[in-house]
Amino acid sequence: MAHEARAMDENEIRRAVTRIAHEIIEKNKGVERLALIGIRTRGVPLAERLAKLIGQFEGCVVPVGALDISMYRDDLHTRQPVVGTTEIPFDVNDMRIVLVDEVFYTGRTIRAAMDAVMDLGRPAVIQLAVLVDRGHRELPIRPDYVGKNLPTARSEEVVVRLKELDGEDAVIIRKPNRV
Amino acid sequence: MLQRRHILGLEEMTPEEIQFVLDTADSMKEILSRPIKKVPALRGRTVCTLFYEPSTRTRSSFELAAKILSADTISITPSTSSVVKGESFRDTLLTLQAMGTDLFVIRHQCSGAPLFASKIVSVPVINAGDGMHEHPTQGLLDLLTLRAVKGRLSGLKVTIVGDIAHSRVARSNIWGFTKMGASVRLVGPPTLIPLGLEATGAKVYDRLEPALEGADVVYVLRIQRERMESGLLPSLREYTRLYGITPERLAKLTPADVVVMHPGPMNRGVEISPEVADAGYCVVTEQVANGVALRMALLYLLLGGADGGKE
Repeated sequence: MAHEARAMDENEIRRAVTRIAHEIIEKNKGVERLALIGIRTRGVPLAERLAKLIGQFEGCVVPVGALDISMYRDDLHTRQPVVGTTEIPFDVNDMRIVLVDEVFYTGRTIRAAMDAVMDLGRPAVIQLAVLVDRGHRELPIRPDYVGKNLPTARSEEVVVRLKELDGEDAVIIRKPNRV
Repeated sequence: MLQRRHILGLEEMTPEEIQFVLDTADSMKEILSRPIKKVPALRGRTVCTLFYEPSTRTRSSFELAAKILSADTISITPSTSSVVKGESFRDTLLTLQAMGTDLFVIRHQCSGAPLFASKIVSVPVINAGDGMHEHPTQGLLDLLTLRAVKGRLSGLKVTIVGDIAHSRVARSNIWGFTKMGASVRLVGPPTLIPLGLEATGAKVYDRLEPALEGADVVYVLRIQRERMESGLLPSLREYTRLYGITPERLAKLTPADVVVMHPGPMNRGVEISPEVADAGYCVVTEQVANGVALRMALLYLLLGGADGGKE
């Protein structure tokens, strides 16, 4: 068994998401033309939570979409492809889009997600919100909103568990066994 | 997960694999609904369509699917290629592979030609119709269409009408429908029904009325004029009178939510009446649209993975 450590619990995740919701409103000076797009799989429930909170704070409905980036990955040759469906129920043209993902790592997922969004139209702005920034980015991309900065080794694995999909809220770091 | 490198027929595919292909195709439909229908998934890959028989929809559907996924396509038609100079099928395949083909789509008048090709080349092969054997992508797109219209496949009563003996579409569909839990009835002139079909689990009828009774889906096959010349059918008029699908027959024998399918091209007024062909319950155009999504799914699944489908 690999060694596991809990980096965030349910309350910490709730506070981080609430803070990010406030930051999104503040940075965008309100909610006009604001829309959230979650990256499948775990970015989607996070985007829904953020949209709900922003809606409560500002008394509005924030549109939410789900993005599948399988078709835009740069590593098709190394993965068994499983494709999900992209569901963006609004026109992205001239919108202020916040992409939402659970872990920011190399930046390659976000590169693919930006290409995917641009293929759907021309948003006014694209921003990025992540629950965890674990470092080791390989592209010149930085998140605008971060739940928690979590310094990690490349050999470690960061697992985000969410109630909607996994039955609990937690961020877990898995360390490999010492050889 | 797709457990194979080639798509040669539905006979050897498992229900789980078929389900996975259909689910992937459902995701591809979203791309087709976009204003800009292009994703970079297969950039730099080359798909070769090698068709030894004429085709409009299958070939253009494969080429469109490849182009939407950003693959390059080359299409070879024997009448304008070195085949007329006497080059063998094997040498044609090896030549095209040497040029960098990453996947072959093959239609051939001989049953088993795609299987033969899969043993010659080291890249994936998709059967786009071989002789009287199978037309698996047609079978899969029919399942995809029916699943979208009816919301399910298992428990449906499907009646396939026409020239079962010479139809590769019928063969793929018998396998596809029965594997996914639908029950299949086959009906046509006895000269066009081969022996031993009961082994697939399908029921065979020689009169249309009992076969249509209570059917959820009526799958109409094209009647080829050549069959008449070879003496298997007395006349097209007689065929139409005995086996033609008309609004009256459907109204009398099938439920109100019956679905009519046809692989195309249709002979209006022969196997299917013009009224049925243009009716809302006839899903021929949906079948064609789903064909592109289905073929995108297969190209993507076969060319993805650890080795890009290579041996």
